[in-house]
Amino acid sequence: MSLKEALESRKFVVTAEVAPGKGTDVEHVLEEASVIKKRVDAVNVTDLQSSVMRLGSMAFSHFLTEMGIDPVYQVTCRDRNCLALQSDLLSGWALGIKNVLALTGDHPVLGDHPKARPVFELDSVSLLDVIGKLNSGVDMAGNELKGAPDFFPGAVVNPGADNEAAFDLQIMKMETKIEAGAKFFQTQGVYDLDAFEKFMKRVEGFGAKVLGGIILLKSVGMARFMNKNVSGVFVPEPFVQEIKAAEDKAQASKEIAVRLIKGMKDLCDGVHIMALGWESKIPAILDEVGL
Amino acid sequence: MIIAEQKTLAEIQDMVSPYHKILLAGCGTCTAFCSAGGPEQVDQLAEALVSQNKDMVVEKTVIPRQCAEKFIDRLEKKMGDNEVILSMACGNGVQAVAGRFPDKPVLPALNTQFIGVEKEPGVWTENCMACGDCILWRTGGICPVARCAKSLLNGACGGASEGHCEVSKDTPCAWQEIYHALKRLNQLHYLKGKPQVKEWPIHPGKVVREDLREGEATTGD
Repeated sequence: MSLKEALESRKFVVTAEVAPGKGTDVEHVLEEASVIKKRVDAVNVTDLQSSVMRLGSMAFSHFLTEMGIDPVYQVTCRDRNCLALQSDLLSGWALGIKNVLALTGDHPVLGDHPKARPVFELDSVSLLDVIGKLNSGVDMAGNELKGAPDFFPGAVVNPGADNEAAFDLQIMKMETKIEAGAKFFQTQGVYDLDAFEKFMKRVEGFGAKVLGGIILLKSVGMARFMNKNVSGVFVPEPFVQEIKAAEDKAQASKEIAVRLIKGMKDLCDGVHIMALGWESKIPAILDEVGL
Repeated sequence: MIIAEQKTLAEIQDMVSPYHKILLAGCGTCTAFCSAGGPEQVDQLAEALVSQNKDMVVEKTVIPRQCAEKFIDRLEKKMGDNEVILSMACGNGVQAVAGRFPDKPVLPALNTQFIGVEKEPGVWTENCMACGDCILWRTGGICPVARCAKSLLNGACGGASEGHCEVSKDTPCAWQEIYHALKRLNQLHYLKGKPQVKEWPIHPGKVVREDLREGEATTGD
């Protein structure tokens, strides 16, 4: 079943994500994907996440299709102008990629080539609009395509914005993204189920599927780092203390993820698990949740 | 105004090292107002150069604007036997002067930064990128092209933290500022609408106003 079919079937969907590495070694990342192959509906492939130069998401998404995994091809607007983005989308489709996650992308200054010139000619919203045009058989300039894709487009939303302006801007942008064609949303990592419930109430009736983001907490340091540096992610102190007190950190991390996923089951349409190298722990988490 | 900063003295000395007689030209408008190329900075730079190079002769002058032909005339009178002009104007002024003195090197003493304002004493911030298509009417008087690190036109990226841009904690999120301004103006509806894509201008820019051109008779009854 494809991601689109899974979402349309109204089952509680599970997606995960993998990140290609820096260099041509794809084997170990493909192994991470193969561990979860039978347990998830789709696997995202990140596009130079955090603006760190790596192997690209299109090639890796294609490898996943060859393994029988439905990839979500993440495309950011940071590094390519509208010619390159459209061309890559057509190439991706020709390589068997059906799902695209349209992202604006982090600024290069955050990554390992901080002086790289950012592009951002398009952004997440205009990229979704362009995907819609390509799907309808024309390019951004209105020229007809000989053979058109039929992408299933998605986007991201950050339910944990830290002030009223940021929250309202997220909600407005989510609506704009839906108008521009987004059919599903994967959220930033959620640790506060009450805040997430409030967010879900606010977007009720928007008409797009929402997969709640789960970031596996690997350590106290990681929680503190995210609280300080990752916009929209806030790990409440009780979770930090739970990891700190645990002898088996991985077990504590798993238990937190299980509670969060169980809490989300009645709130949204699925979960997007960002395991950050702990993909092997996903099957046990899903066993526990009964997915 | 155009905001500029003086180059390091080492770089300036490197540029002027082949020469002995220098015309140091300040600019009385933008770079004077941002304390980079006005009369005081001309005096300070001249003193610094002479103190480092005893044989160097630096003649000082400041003209009101180095980007206007009528004021560049004044530099012609000052040129004399100076070998080189060291300009304390923006890159625009340097090029206008260089165009007038094709046989003399015209050297930039400043690095031109941006079009902006003095935010507080000693702090200048960028406001305009001269992008050729002003949308300030629907962004609460705050330009996302110049003031959002990604020049986003369709709303905030979500990377802001406590109101600050992901690029720097010193930079406010332009889209949150736009949100507050539009809310104050009761114009939040401007944030909705069709996806916008910027049509970036092709460089070099050129503006032609037929009605102002000389020697080109306009036809019509």
